[in-house]
Amino acid sequence: MIDTDIGLRNLDVVLGLENRIVYDLVDVVEGTCRLKQALIKDKRFEGLYLLPAAQTRDKLAVNPEQMVKLVAELENEFDYILIDCPAGIEQGFKNAVAGAKSAIVVTVPEVSAVRDADRIIGLLSAAGIDDARLLVNRMRPDMVKRGDMLGLDDTLDILGIDLIGVVPEDEKIIRSTNMGEPIVLMDKSLAGRAYRNIVRRILGENVPLMSMDDDSGFGARLKKLFGGK
Amino acid sequence: MAFGKRTSSSNVAKERLKLVLIHDRAGTSPSSNVMEMLRKDIFAVISKYFDVVESDFDVEIKNSSDMHSSGSTRLTADVPIRSIKSLGRNKY
Repeated sequence: MIDTDIGLRNLDVVLGLENRIVYDLVDVVEGTCRLKQALIKDKRFEGLYLLPAAQTRDKLAVNPEQMVKLVAELENEFDYILIDCPAGIEQGFKNAVAGAKSAIVVTVPEVSAVRDADRIIGLLSAAGIDDARLLVNRMRPDMVKRGDMLGLDDTLDILGIDLIGVVPEDEKIIRSTNMGEPIVLMDKSLAGRAYRNIVRRILGENVPLMSMDDDSGFGARLKKLFGGK
Repeated sequence: MAFGKRTSSSNVAKERLKLVLIHDRAGTSPSSNVMEMLRKDIFAVISKYFDVVESDFDVEIKNSSDMHSSGSTRLTADVPIRSIKSLGRNKY
C-alpha cells in the first residue's frame, strides 16, 4: 500500500504504524534508501506493507515517471499494490494514476462529491483507465429511506460505472482510527464487514451487497423484541 | 403543505447533478459561449423558414424526466413563431 498524499501523510496513523517510519516515498524515489528499507510491515496482516508518504515535502517531490518505475519494482514482490490517491486533480493525482492499472473511485452520496467523482472518472478514462469501479462511502440508509440522501441506484445511474461496494456510515470508524486498528478487524462493525466484502470483490469473488440495516444497535434490538423487523 | 409530503431533497440533488454533469462533461457552462453560439446558429436556420424574434428564442439542455417518460437528456429550443414565411412554392 502506497500513501501518495505527500505533505499530508495519514495512512500511517490510520493503521497505527506511525512510530515505525524511518524512510518514506520521497526517500525511495530520490535514492536516499532502498525500497525495502522504506516498507513498513504490518504485523497484523500477512503480506501487508505500507510505503508512507513524506510529511515535510510536497507533491512535486515525485513525478509520474518515478511512480511508474516504483510500481514496476513493487510488482516483482507483491500481488496487489494499492495506491492511495490524494484529493484534487493536480500533481498528486497525476502521480498516483501514472502507476495504476485500474482504479476504485471513492465518493459519498452528496452533490459536491458525486460531481467531483464524475470528473475523476473522466480524467481516469483520459489516462487510459476505463474500468474504474465505484465505492460509495458513509451511506446512511435511514436518510435514503426518508428521501434525504442520494441512493445507491441514483448515484450509479448518474455516474454510469460499476459498483465495488457500499460502506455505511459507522461510528466505529472513528474508534478504529483513534486506536490505530483497522476497522476490518472489528467483527461487529457494519463498515468493517462492508470493507471485507470489498476486498473479496477485488480478489474476484462474487459477493452480494450486504443488508445495511443495523441489527446490533439498541433501537434495532428493541424493535426486534416487539416483533418489528 | 403542512400535512403534505415534504419534497425529497435527494430527488432535487439527482436532477441538479444530472444537469450540472451534462455541462461538466461537455466542458461548457449553462451560460457559456458554446450555448450562445449554438443558439445563434439554430436561430439563423429557423429564421430562414419562420418569422421569429431573436429575443424570444431560448435554447437549453435539460433532463426531460419530468416531461417524457424516458428521463433522457435533451436539447430544447423554445421558439415562438410569428408567422410562416412564404418559400415561393405552392402559391395559391
